[in-house]
Amino acid sequence: MIYQNSKPLLEVRGLRATVNGIEILKGIDLTVRSGEVHAIMGTNGSGKSTFAKVLAGHAAYVVTGGTVAFEGKNLFELAPEERARAGVFLAFQYPIEIPGVANNQFLRLTYNTVQAQRGKDELDPLEFDDFVREKMKLLEMSPDFLDRSVNAGFSGGEKKRNEILQMALLEPLLAILDETDSGLDIDALRIVANGVNQLATKDNAIILVTHYQRLLNYIVPDYVHVMESGRIIKTGGKQLALDLETHGYDWVSIEQRAAAGV
Amino acid sequence: MSVATASGYLESLLQGRRQLQASPLAWFDRLRADAVERVGAQRVPTTRNEEWRFTDISPLIKLPFQPVYTASNLQAAEVEHFYLDPAAPRLVFVDGVYAPQLSTQLLNPATDSNVVITNLSAAISAHVMVLEPHLGRYAEFHNNVFTALNTAFLHDGALIIVPRNVSVDMPVHLLFIATQKEATSYPRCLLIAESGSAVTVIEDHVALQEGVYVTNAVAEIALADNARVNHIRVQRDSSQAFHIASCAVSLAQASCYQSTSITLGARISRYNLNVRLTGEGAECTVDGLTLIAERQLADTHTCIDHVKPYGISRQSHKCIVDGAAHAVFNGKIIVHPDAQHTDSTQSSRNLLLSGRAHIDTKPQLEIFADDVKCAHGATVGQLDSEEIFYLMSRGLSEMTARNLLTYAFGAEIIERIPIVSLKHRLEQTVLERTQRN
Repeated sequence: MIYQNSKPLLEVRGLRATVNGIEILKGIDLTVRSGEVHAIMGTNGSGKSTFAKVLAGHAAYVVTGGTVAFEGKNLFELAPEERARAGVFLAFQYPIEIPGVANNQFLRLTYNTVQAQRGKDELDPLEFDDFVREKMKLLEMSPDFLDRSVNAGFSGGEKKRNEILQMALLEPLLAILDETDSGLDIDALRIVANGVNQLATKDNAIILVTHYQRLLNYIVPDYVHVMESGRIIKTGGKQLALDLETHGYDWVSIEQRAAAGV
Repeated sequence: MSVATASGYLESLLQGRRQLQASPLAWFDRLRADAVERVGAQRVPTTRNEEWRFTDISPLIKLPFQPVYTASNLQAAEVEHFYLDPAAPRLVFVDGVYAPQLSTQLLNPATDSNVVITNLSAAISAHVMVLEPHLGRYAEFHNNVFTALNTAFLHDGALIIVPRNVSVDMPVHLLFIATQKEATSYPRCLLIAESGSAVTVIEDHVALQEGVYVTNAVAEIALADNARVNHIRVQRDSSQAFHIASCAVSLAQASCYQSTSITLGARISRYNLNVRLTGEGAECTVDGLTLIAERQLADTHTCIDHVKPYGISRQSHKCIVDGAAHAVFNGKIIVHPDAQHTDSTQSSRNLLLSGRAHIDTKPQLEIFADDVKCAHGATVGQLDSEEIFYLMSRGLSEMTARNLLTYAFGAEIIERIPIVSLKHRLEQTVLERTQRN
């Protein structure tokens, strides 16, 4: 939701990045204020997932230009784990499976690491168990998932719920949800979206990276940005997502080219 | 090392047989005499032998240690930290000699009345009809000099007989404790699982202290129709010891054998596991974890032999190698012409924790039937950077992320052990050996 006088959380200016020497991001500008929900849409290969990974600090993506400020501080001075502790969260498109580590151990380890960094109390296994079970209700997850290995043998939908569960535990200031809707059936989509909506406050912000408008029926964005070839080529309100659904991505790029007189 | 010295080694080993007593059973003596003859006809393998290409055991030739024949006076207080919790039926052998004061039967008399868990020499006369068709029949010694040696020294061992349709609730703990330096022990196990029976056995090789000694172990496991055996093998010998072992398993129709072998100890170790699916619809799961460091060498050779149709085999072998250690895995799968509809998978995954660590892994598929499913794969490497990034994106430091993933790599195999106390102890070992700071 857009709030009057809310402070900028994320300020991206002229961001450029390469992967394996190939430039993928070619100058991105974006401001996200606390309380807002932004959707970044675009076709495969437009650079939207790269943008998400660059913000989280993936080592394979090399920043070659521009600046990103998070709460006014240079994001690139922070290692990935420091970004996480400072309040940046990336929900992965393909969450990693870790057979051999129980989900509850993993969740408690990450929770306590971030809590300690924020000067808050850590929870012992029993306290954490109560706490996490409460959060799991938000996502209609069975407590059975606590005893299983992290994401191992989870269905696509179960993995995505486990991602949002981590978001619920870590309480990030900025949550970037990379294709969280992909691979979800309609029931799972509704549950995941409902969970995300309940986590949204006036103090945090959410960036939804998505190919399809479908997710935006459930998590209503304040801004919709369209990416193409490593740039944001159009920004609008939630209506833009509906127009894209009707007319397709070609419609924006044709419009852009016409405006540029190409 | 010259052949003359190597054969001198075998000769001097065999001299230790003088203290063995003749058996009243002619077939038993004949089995041992055959084995002595086979020792004489073979040589200690060198790296020129294909089966020993990666494992140089020539240091062993300098160590013609004799077996121990005297009973140990070891007290329970010294070894009870090795016991399972809750207590389970247990046979303890100290330096290869049966230790009745440390062993215990803890069976449920109502359900397990006819289950035999005892030392072989005590039972041999009573169960001679049952034993003769099994003892020494699976562990092939004509082409394996170490199995021949073990059989030549056969006089005692662990014996488990699970009668028809009996399920033994408690796991059976076979505990082999090494206490003496410069000794060779020849542990021997025979497990007969009769039709429809079920049992879990832990074969546990431990050391009371560090020292140079030699273990030459042989196990034979026979599963009749529909029998189920869960065999957990833990080798945590002294890091200066030598451990050579063979296990031969025979599966009759629709029987199911599950093996989890954990290799942690010994300076040089070699484990041969041969599983023969001789009946239709037999099933085996063969999992292994090798976790070694410094200058250890651990070699695992498995052979899963599909003889009859509709067999299923699942194999997952993992090695975590640190320091200048060297792990070897050779996984042979044979599918005979008759073994149509065999369904077999094999995976060999290996993690190197140091630049000097070394792994040789060799899947070996010999498929002679045409309607089968056989999948195999092998990976050698470091931790996956995507996995590390995932954990770092959740606030964990790179070191913590690496430690967690390394631990998880090993824990995935340990997790399959159904005895909680043993599982926790091994998880602790994996944790201690894989964590950096």
